[in-house]
Formats: sequence, C-alpha cells, structure tokens
Amino acid sequence: MKIHLPNSAFLGNIDPFIRGFDPASPNTLEISANDKWISVHPVVLSMLAALGLTMKQKKIHCAKFEAKSKHYLARMGLFKILKIQSDFGFTEHEPAGRFIPITQIKTSNELTRFITEMIPLLHLEPEPAKTIAYIISELVRNVLEHAATKNGAILCAQYYKKSNSIRIGIADKGMGIKESINQSYSAANDLDAIKLALQPGITGATKREGGTEQNAGAGLFFIKSIASVNRDFFIIYSGTGFYKLLKKPPGSRIKLNADPQKDRHSENSDMPFWLGTVIGIDISLDQTEEFSLLLDAIRKTYSSAIKERKKAKHRKPKFI
Amino acid sequence: MKQIKIYEKAGSFAENKDVAKAIRVKEIISALSNKEDVVLDFAKVEAVTQSFIHALISGVIRKYGNEVLDKISFKSCNDTVKKIINIVIDYMQE
Repeated sequence: MKIHLPNSAFLGNIDPFIRGFDPASPNTLEISANDKWISVHPVVLSMLAALGLTMKQKKIHCAKFEAKSKHYLARMGLFKILKIQSDFGFTEHEPAGRFIPITQIKTSNELTRFITEMIPLLHLEPEPAKTIAYIISELVRNVLEHAATKNGAILCAQYYKKSNSIRIGIADKGMGIKESINQSYSAANDLDAIKLALQPGITGATKREGGTEQNAGAGLFFIKSIASVNRDFFIIYSGTGFYKLLKKPPGSRIKLNADPQKDRHSENSDMPFWLGTVIGIDISLDQTEEFSLLLDAIRKTYSSAIKERKKAKHRKPKFI
Repeated sequence: MKQIKIYEKAGSFAENKDVAKAIRVKEIISALSNKEDVVLDFAKVEAVTQSFIHALISGVIRKYGNEVLDKISFKSCNDTVKKIINIVIDYMQE
C-alpha cells in the first residue's frame, strides 16, 4: 500500500488525498509526504495509523520527512504508534487544550475510560464537551460492535483556534459498512451501503424495525444530524464508497433528512478500496446548537422515517 | 418497587452499552419477573447516548410489550436525558 501526505488535506479538500491512496500490495506500507509542508485533518492521521497497525513494523517504509510541520505528526503520536524512529527531536507539549493524540481503543471499557479522561483535556465548555463525547462514544462503539477487527478503532482530534472548531477522525480496518449492513440488507455497492447505514433504524444486526436489544441502527443518523445542525463537514469512506456532507452557509435553513441523498452532499463510488471504515467530522464550536433542540428535530425526523418505511412495506389484500 | 441508580453504574455520561445491558438483564427484567415496578433514577447523570438508552430499555419493551411502560418510571432526568428516552420509546412503539 502507498499513502502520501500532501501539503493540505482537510475534509473540504480530502478527495484528492483519498484518490491518491494505493491499496495494492496490502502487506507493505510506503509512506511519503510533501517536502515543504504537511497540514492534515486528524482523520488522515487516524487512517495512516490504522493502516500501519495492520502490519509488522519492518513492513512499513517511511520516507524521510523534510517538511517543518513533521513535528506536528510526532506530537500527534504517529511515529510512536507505528513504532517508527523519527530522525528528529521534538518538544513534547502537554496535550491539554489542543489535541487528543492518536489513540487505539479496543474494548468497551477502554472507550469509557478514554471519554472520562481524554475529553476533559480539550477544556471545552460543558455543552460542546458533551457533544464531542457523544460523537466519539457512538462512533467508536460502532467500530467495536460492527467492524469485527482486533485492532479496534483508531482516533485522534485537534482543536483549531482560527476556526474555533474541533476536528475528529476515526478509522478502522474491519469488515467495512457494506459487509456489515448486508448481513440484513442487500446494498449493491459500498456507497449504497453507506447511505443505508446513515438512515435511522437501519442496522446490519437485523431488518426488524427498532433493531435488536443492543442495536437500533441510529448512531450514524444521530452523528449526521449533529453535523447537519452544526453546518460543518462530515465524511464517511468505506470500501470504494465515499459520502461527504457539505458545509452549509450560516443563516441557511437547517432541515434534518432521514435520507442522506436529500442532504447537500458529494459522493463517489470508485475511490481506492479501503477495507474498513473512515469517519471524519468537524464541529464548529461557534455554531454548536443546543443539543436539546437538536433532539427535538431528531425525534420528529426519526418518527416520520419509520412511519414512511412501514407505509412502504404495507400491503393490501388482493381480491380477485 | 426496585430503584436503580444509573449514576452509580454508568457515571455522569452514561454511554457504556455493556453496563446498560447488565442493568437490563440483571436488574430490570429480574424485578419485572418478580412483579416489582421499576424506577430508573437518573439523578447526577448529565448526559446519555441513544445507544445506552436503547440497550437499557428496548429489550424490555420488546419482551413485555408497550404495557411494561406502566411499570417503569424515569426519575430525576434532565431535559436532554428525557428527550433521548422519548426518542427510544417512540421508535420502539411505532
């Protein structure tokens, strides 16, 4: 596999970075980077770490990083998690108030500990802190329950002062959304599977309305709803499918849609194959709506989505 | 009547579904089987995830039917917790 860290890859312009990923030769990983500058979204680092953790350290070939910003990668813990010796010294800063370094979460209890210990390090106001904890909990639990991977979820996050936003990236190298959702549905391709998974009440665990005792199939719909109300980017990449909820201009009317096709988005069904799932989300702290108001909208949208599905399934007797 | 203090088991941000499942199986279902009413006390719980509430009560509703909600009360819930409980109970009854 080959992956190149460009000078810039954030959710708005991440498509070329993903297109540049080469999944061929899955037993080796070649990492290269822009010589001048590397400025990337946490999701890029989570992807890189997730790839590296699937193979032995000696199979990872990392080019010499020349860019000054290489120190950022070290601070985020990239070289440490990949067990690569960095050829430069760097000053380790306390992560408090700035970022959550690359972290691997493999169990439910590790996740609970992570949320209790790491989220407070972002020093957020109580409301946005709850939102970030909510997002991380639901996304990581999805990996732990559906991805079937011993490496669990890899995540990191960064606070950006200029945009006053938190950017979060979570990646796994599990079975991917299509294989998971197709345990109960029959999505034709990865993009269709992503769109199914984003709908409320759709889970690979069962086709039954209301889900199973442990899974409702609501997690991703909640996260997309948070992103919609927050007006910022949200991406899901799995297999060859890629879905990006686009940023909304401030002041525009927000409507939650059960069907992700109705949201303002971009999509692609022929990205390089990523075995697993990658999710990136930006949460602008200036625009974090009252979580409680968001829940009113979710309740309404969720309820009407279920009614519509039931109506679509309803059959009348045929009298002949 | 069986009182279950959620904070003592799941903390102020109740998100661990394994904990929710343990409460459901070992305490809620067990109490209901003994014809006891159940009070789920959310005092000091600041936030919950939809997944936690789903794992806590959806199996109970499915096992006993909607009528079981006459036997379960939700105590000391803040607005956000109330709304998430409402969402889960809504979709389980649709």
